[in-house]
Amino acid sequence: MSASEAISIRAEYETGNVKPLLHEIRHALERLLKGEDGTIIDMRALPLAPGEEKRIEEALGEGEVRAELNALGPSVILETSYPGVWLVTHRNTEGEIIGRQIEVTFIPSLLESQPEDIRAGLAGLENELAEDPA
Amino acid sequence: MRKDQNLGEYLRAQGVSRRGFLKFCSATASLMALPPSAVAQVAEALASARRPSVIWLSFQECTGCTESLTRSHAPTVESLIFDAISLDYHHTLQAAAGEGAENARMAAMEENDGEYLLVVDGSIPTGNPGFSTIAGISNLDMLKETARGAAAVIAVGTCAAFGGIPQAFPNPTGAVSVSDIITDKPIINVSGCPPIPVVITGVLAHFLTFGTIPDLDPLGRPTAFFGQTIHDRCYRRPFYERGEFAHTFDDEGARKGWCLYELGCKGPTSYNACATLKWNEGTSFPIGSGHGCLGCSEPGFWDHGSFYKPISAGLWGPRETLLGAAAAGAALGIGSAMAARARKNKALKEAEADSS
Repeated sequence: MSASEAISIRAEYETGNVKPLLHEIRHALERLLKGEDGTIIDMRALPLAPGEEKRIEEALGEGEVRAELNALGPSVILETSYPGVWLVTHRNTEGEIIGRQIEVTFIPSLLESQPEDIRAGLAGLENELAEDPA
Repeated sequence: MRKDQNLGEYLRAQGVSRRGFLKFCSATASLMALPPSAVAQVAEALASARRPSVIWLSFQECTGCTESLTRSHAPTVESLIFDAISLDYHHTLQAAAGEGAENARMAAMEENDGEYLLVVDGSIPTGNPGFSTIAGISNLDMLKETARGAAAVIAVGTCAAFGGIPQAFPNPTGAVSVSDIITDKPIINVSGCPPIPVVITGVLAHFLTFGTIPDLDPLGRPTAFFGQTIHDRCYRRPFYERGEFAHTFDDEGARKGWCLYELGCKGPTSYNACATLKWNEGTSFPIGSGHGCLGCSEPGFWDHGSFYKPISAGLWGPRETLLGAAAAGAALGIGSAMAARARKNKALKEAEADSS
């Protein structure tokens, strides 16, 4: 929990950016189903009033998939209640948020194993088997 | 990170997987205000990026710019970017002092001639050379000498970019900006008092990634961070549009989070990224905390009248301009000169009363 989250703030105001963002996501989903590219929205670039980010999270809800990645600090990759809409939160090793994105895609690319890592893993497995032929 | 390693090799040697590297690139693209779709391009360029030498000179400054940058706790993306450069001279941070430190600077200049990045914070006094010296070398001489072999210069903070507070009236040291002295090198102005740390590292990341300087605005600032006003991206903007303003810091409007324009917010005329990148790991920014923007990333912000008068009360130029206006008034006639002087005195008194 961040310092600002720990303080109970009652936001009485809003930018009006929440609903347009949800419409942007709706359009992105329509494009995805038509076979066009996915969309990534950088939450850091949006002017949001205190409390509005929380409202976006609440509006999107939580779906069936929640994945955690441990690389240079934890990341949470969450499919929202709208399939194809993912909320990706990257933190550093101190738990501070270093990036937050809404990805409209079939599967966020970070979840896919990377060829470089597969090659390194394969080499490791081969070494393991070579050392212990039995 | 060894000098012969590229960033990709360095991160792999640290046990960072390709997936971790892509996460790093995603945060870096966000840092550089690039669209998320640019992550693949950033990854490709960063993986083969070589470690550039950086020489950091601090002149007439308060060290707030270095504080801003180094307050982030490791290992943030900012610190990884710093791992990826070779910071060969920074007299506030390095252990060496005096001749030993100067030898390190000279060695870095010689080894990386034409390729190193020069970062400057603080303004340069042009009055008595003794106003500010390092190891007995005047700031002016050190800047000229070090800039000669630099690939580019990054002026960090409003003091280096525009003269800043040392240049404020009556500018006792004859303070000037880097671009007033260096005219034959690319200069990137990263203004702010201090600048947002991720903006400093965003510019370094851009150089590291693409080996070029980013697009700049007419004041030499990266448009990715200074392309829009605070007002353009302010979450209180809807209140401004509806004419809903706080009139004091504790009235109903203030409590409801209305626009701070009438309390002197300089957001409409200030170009910076505070409203979106925010401060303290993205926690808040002055307007989010109930105080108007001071316009600290703009030239002459300290001499633009009261911080607590709305912009509509007049954006007073530097006092020299006001004095010039009074002089022009004298040429036109005693009466108009007296009127100009009276207006000037009234403005200065109001500004002083407000600042006291």
